Amino acid sequence: MTRRPGEYAMKTLFLVCGLTAVAFVLLITGYLVFSGLPAIRRVGVAGFLLGDTWDAANPEDPRFGILPLLLTTVYGAAGATAAGVPLGFLTALFLAKAAPPWLARLVRPAVGVLAGIPSVVYGLVGMCVLLPLLRERLDLPAGDSLLAAILMLAVMILPTVISVSEAALEAVPREMEEASLALGATPVETYFRVTAPAASSGVAAAVALGVGRAIGEAMAILMVAGNVANMPSLLGSVRFLTTGIAMELAYAPAGSLQQQALLSIGLVLLLFVLLVNVLLSLALKRGKEGG
Amino acid sequence: MRRFFVVLLAAGLAVLTGCGGPGRTVNIEGSTAMALVAEALREGFVGWEPDVTVNCSGTGSGAGIEAAIDGRCDIGLSSRALRDAEVARGAQGHLIALDGVAVIVHPSNPVTGLTGSELARLFSGEMTNWSSLGGPDAPVAACGREAGSGTREAFEAAIGAAGRCVYTNEYSSTGDVVGNVAANPNAIGYASLAALNESVAALEIDGVTCTAASVRDGSYRISRPFLLVTGAGASLSPAAQSFLDYARSASAAEVIGKAGAVSLFSF
Amino acid sequence: MMRAALPPGRLLRNVLARLLLWLSAAATCALLLLVAGYIFFRGAPGVSLELLTGRDSVLEGTVGILPSILNTLYVIAVSLAIVVPVGVGAAIYLTEYAQNRRLAGAMAFAAETLAGIPSILYAMVGVMVFCTALGLQRTLLAGSLTLAVMTLPTVIRTTQESLKSVPRSYREGALGLGAGQWRTIRTVVLPSSLDGMITGCILAVGRVVGESAVLMYTAGLSTAMQDFGTIQGLMRASGATLSVALYVYAKERSDFAAAFSVATVLLVLAALLNLAALLIGRRATRRKGGGHG
Repeated sequence: MTRRPGEYAMKTLFLVCGLTAVAFVLLITGYLVFSGLPAIRRVGVAGFLLGDTWDAANPEDPRFGILPLLLTTVYGAAGATAAGVPLGFLTALFLAKAAPPWLARLVRPAVGVLAGIPSVVYGLVGMCVLLPLLRERLDLPAGDSLLAAILMLAVMILPTVISVSEAALEAVPREMEEASLALGATPVETYFRVTAPAASSGVAAAVALGVGRAIGEAMAILMVAGNVANMPSLLGSVRFLTTGIAMELAYAPAGSLQQQALLSIGLVLLLFVLLVNVLLSLALKRGKEGG
Repeated sequence: MRRFFVVLLAAGLAVLTGCGGPGRTVNIEGSTAMALVAEALREGFVGWEPDVTVNCSGTGSGAGIEAAIDGRCDIGLSSRALRDAEVARGAQGHLIALDGVAVIVHPSNPVTGLTGSELARLFSGEMTNWSSLGGPDAPVAACGREAGSGTREAFEAAIGAAGRCVYTNEYSSTGDVVGNVAANPNAIGYASLAALNESVAALEIDGVTCTAASVRDGSYRISRPFLLVTGAGASLSPAAQSFLDYARSASAAEVIGKAGAVSLFSF
Repeated sequence: MMRAALPPGRLLRNVLARLLLWLSAAATCALLLLVAGYIFFRGAPGVSLELLTGRDSVLEGTVGILPSILNTLYVIAVSLAIVVPVGVGAAIYLTEYAQNRRLAGAMAFAAETLAGIPSILYAMVGVMVFCTALGLQRTLLAGSLTLAVMTLPTVIRTTQESLKSVPRSYREGALGLGAGQWRTIRTVVLPSSLDGMITGCILAVGRVVGESAVLMYTAGLSTAMQDFGTIQGLMRASGATLSVALYVYAKERSDFAAAFSVATVLLVLAALLNLAALLIGRRATRRKGGGHG
């Protein structure tokens, strides 16, 4: 009965709260689109996306090509996924199926803690452990590199991949596994051949979330990647889309082309993340139809 | 439950409705090379005006100047002279000290001095191994600051390589360069005289060591001013004006010297 | 008994696969122990009462993180004060009122999108909107507002989940007794989903404590003691939370001893928040289980 004025007021209040969330998304995306497009238009879409030199702060001859940053982000996310997802998925399979219950009860909260460690803490450990190690082992001038960033990101996406895949693996109906066991498959064969494929859409979601986190991370890799806007090479100093914004955000004069170009990078980053989200929801939808 | 919400709402409203505007807080940001000087001035200012809170954020010279122009802070910190474009947009610089840019290496590095042209070749990527300077056979890691840094601009201009430097790595603050050079035997970098400590070794440039005396008499070639920057458009709050007066006064000179910079008053 | 019947090749594959699972889990645990152990090893000796209750001084050469702790509490309090009412309200609308499916869908999509936006974009918009356009400067208030937006989806999602888990019969019972919808929500639905809301708050606190990119650009890096005693002070305070202070010590002052001590404090905080969420979650399941039975 929403006739009573109090009831009506409360309903409106809650509606306003819900609309606030929508308004924020519109504000952020709208802001990025409207403020980010002018620079892209001035530099040219091709020149912006495919230009291989980023030197936005140069007073005489500024260059706004984000290809180095774009490729670094793609390689970084791909490398982190390639390293982190198999490890995370296998750990999840272990926790969900193969682990003795007491051990799983011990490891699960530990994964939670791993997820809760702030990214600057990861960055600090990376700076003090990983960089000297890479420099000495690989005989580099300095350890700051794409490789260091990839290793950091792989560790950082691990908890997300583990917890989301584990939830998906747990949700596989017992009957499927029992049928497989009854047909003579061993438990391990059942985990890999029956449980894992049945949970594939959930695992895809885990991968997508991990990729999203890898693309969006800024602070930890700001501390280990070297931050020069080179074309990416595994052992060289690189700059990501996120760290590209982070390095210059405070410097860019208000309303300058440099600031607009940073907003354009933001726009590209947002599109990237949205793309991953869309792929994620497609994976989930397909999973639902399949199941 | 409802009381919980009422308390939360009341707290939120109390914060939101409090009037803004100029107050007893002075927010300062900019050059990370000036971080120590600014912190020391903040502490010294307590004796001058006890109930003003001063906050210093180290973001970089360019950032401090932009923040002062845009009103994101009360006073900016710049460790380089203002550009014409910045002055045209209302930035005003107030000189409080001089500073040398020291060239630093790992303490284990046998190289103790360089000439200006050797520096230029090292930082423009022509010289890539320490052996050509009498050091060990190891690659050179040229560590610098990000574009927009006052230290970078002063250094590149002094060695005649403005905009031509090729860095192995770019770090986002003075302390970051010092920390990374201290951790890497291959590294060479540059940092404010005020920020030096025993974890790194400063090189002689053209035979001159970077000290307060050599910066003051001009014999050390890489030096620059430390400026407090105000935006012309916004009126300075009384507290910020008072801080500006203090920083330029003779009583702040000792504090500035203690923080490692070259004060204007101790001639 | 089955294993004995397996042909050797298949047996080998089975053993290898099981080994792979154990090794992966061991590697993950080793990583955690390595990271946590290294932080404790380098940081724990420096965590002292003087550190936790003192202040930084260049002139006296002391390091203390009390100001950063207070700044962190300020940011938590202000961002929660904003995000909890709005987030819980939005969740209530979505689960209890929304009849227009398209509108509800748009809100859910918005919350999901907000959750996926990288924090550096919040930082950028926060700087340009809250700090510059709204004239808040680089202050803790501007940082808290930005974080409130950032944590909104977390609070909405967890509250929604706990609202959904309240049995339909509770609502029907209250409505049947003649209570209005708001009254039903207030007296029946909200109290039984309180656990979920608290979990949401804990998760939001976790994000606030761990966030550094947003706060560096919107709230400042000062480690000076703030004056929270006056409204002026509250409005204009500008400084570093613990995570940002860690960055300042490590990157701007290359004081790694202090940085690792702050890292130790943050690690303990992360573990405690995790534990709290776990305990509340467990209590909620137990209570729900009892309610149904």
